[in-house]
This record gives sequence, structure tokens and C-alpha cells, in this order.
Amino acid sequence: MTGTILLFACLICGSTGGEIAITYGMKSVGEPARLRPKPLLVFLGRALRSGWFWLGIPLMALSFYSLLALLSWHPVSFVIPVSALSYVVGTLGAKYILGEKVSPARWAGVILVCAGVALVAAG
Amino acid sequence: MVLAMVVCANTGDLLLKLGMTQIGEVEFSAHGIADAFQQTVTSGTIWLGILFLLGFMVSYMTVLSWADYSYVMPAGAFGYAVLTLLAVVFLHERVSPARWLGVLLICVGVLLVGQTRPRTTEAVLESKVTA
Repeated sequence: MTGTILLFACLICGSTGGEIAITYGMKSVGEPARLRPKPLLVFLGRALRSGWFWLGIPLMALSFYSLLALLSWHPVSFVIPVSALSYVVGTLGAKYILGEKVSPARWAGVILVCAGVALVAAG
Repeated sequence: MVLAMVVCANTGDLLLKLGMTQIGEVEFSAHGIADAFQQTVTSGTIWLGILFLLGFMVSYMTVLSWADYSYVMPAGAFGYAVLTLLAVVFLHERVSPARWLGVLLICVGVLLVGQTRPRTTEAVLESKVTA
């Protein structure tokens, strides 16, 4: 039980933390000049030299392996609905860590998506 | 771009699944894993799957370089709805009413998020880097 809770914590915090780090990194790298192969390669080159990107990758790997471990213990219809909580945690992170403005409409959308993902996986 | 992200992620996953099914169950021994490894690096389907997942990563990073994380993340959940439709059309899977309700909720949720402004933060971070 404690192991399961710990793994869920790793899963949710890992994916949220990793994605927030990558978002922060990409925002500081700046968007590619144009959506053409060459500007995209330049953009990728700069992204790969960002420390935030390399902080995000191991966090996402941690969350991926927690997911694998959880799936070997519990059915998908239990694991995915619980992990859908990461939509709420992620939105909170975006608001308080990245300083994004989350309007009521966006909150409503996130809650609906969260419930929807839980239903799809459980159904 | 968000659409490219969802399509790449789903196609990549499906191709990996297809490729691994072709290879068959992996025997859990040093020899079995080495054998499976050799088969995966020579499987065109697996490489195609990896290519699509790389495409996903690139489009994901590009989207995040200008749009909010709280905008991109729920939009990505649209993939669950697409996956359910693909499963019905191509694999003829039976889908329970609860699952259809879930797909409906996701679609409404994504539409709601899609109507909000994609970017609410200023480009402050960029000036910090160039400074």
C-alpha cells in the first residue's frame, strides 16, 4: 500500500515536474523562427543545450518507470484513472510555478478532461 | 501542431505495439532479451514507431516554446478520444457506455480549453536569456 502511494507520487510528481522543467526550458530557448527544417534544427540544437531540458528528461523517465512498476502490480483500469490526477497537479504547477493565468473556462476544461480520462480507462 | 503531436504519439505507440506483437513474447533470460534486442533493432516497424515518437517529442517541444503548459497538457488528452475511435474503426473493439461518456467529457473539456488564450505569460524569459 505504502509502495503504491509512493509510486503514484513519483509518477505524478515526475511527469508534472519534468514537463514543467521542459516547458520552462523551451520558453527560455524561444520559439523556432519558422516551421521549416533548418530553423527547427537550430531550435532543437539550442533546446538540447538547455539545462532545464536535461532536468526534465530524468524526471519523466522516473515517472515512466513508476508507471511500468504500477502496471505490473495493478490493472490499467485502476492505474490510469488515478494518474489522471496529474492534469490537476499539472495545472496547479503551471499556475504557481510557471505563472500562467488559468481562467475558469480552462479549469473547467481540465476537470472535464481529467474525469474523461478516468472514465475511458476505467470503462 | 498540437494535432501533429497527438497523431505522432498515437501512431508511434500503435506501431511499437504492432512491431512487438510481430516479434512475440520476450523470454526473460539473458539469451531471450539479447534475441529480442536483435530483432527490435532490425524491425522496420519498430524504427518507424520510434521515428513517430521522435516527431511527437519535437512537436511537443515546439508547441511548449510558445503556448502555455496548462493549454497544451489537456489538449494532448484528445489522443485518448482518437485512440478509442481508432480502436472501434480498425480493431472493431466493443466500447462500453462509460468509455463513450469519457470520450465525450474529454472532447468537451478540450474544446473549453481550446477557447482560452494559448499564451498568458509574457516573453520575459527570453529577454533574460539574451541579456
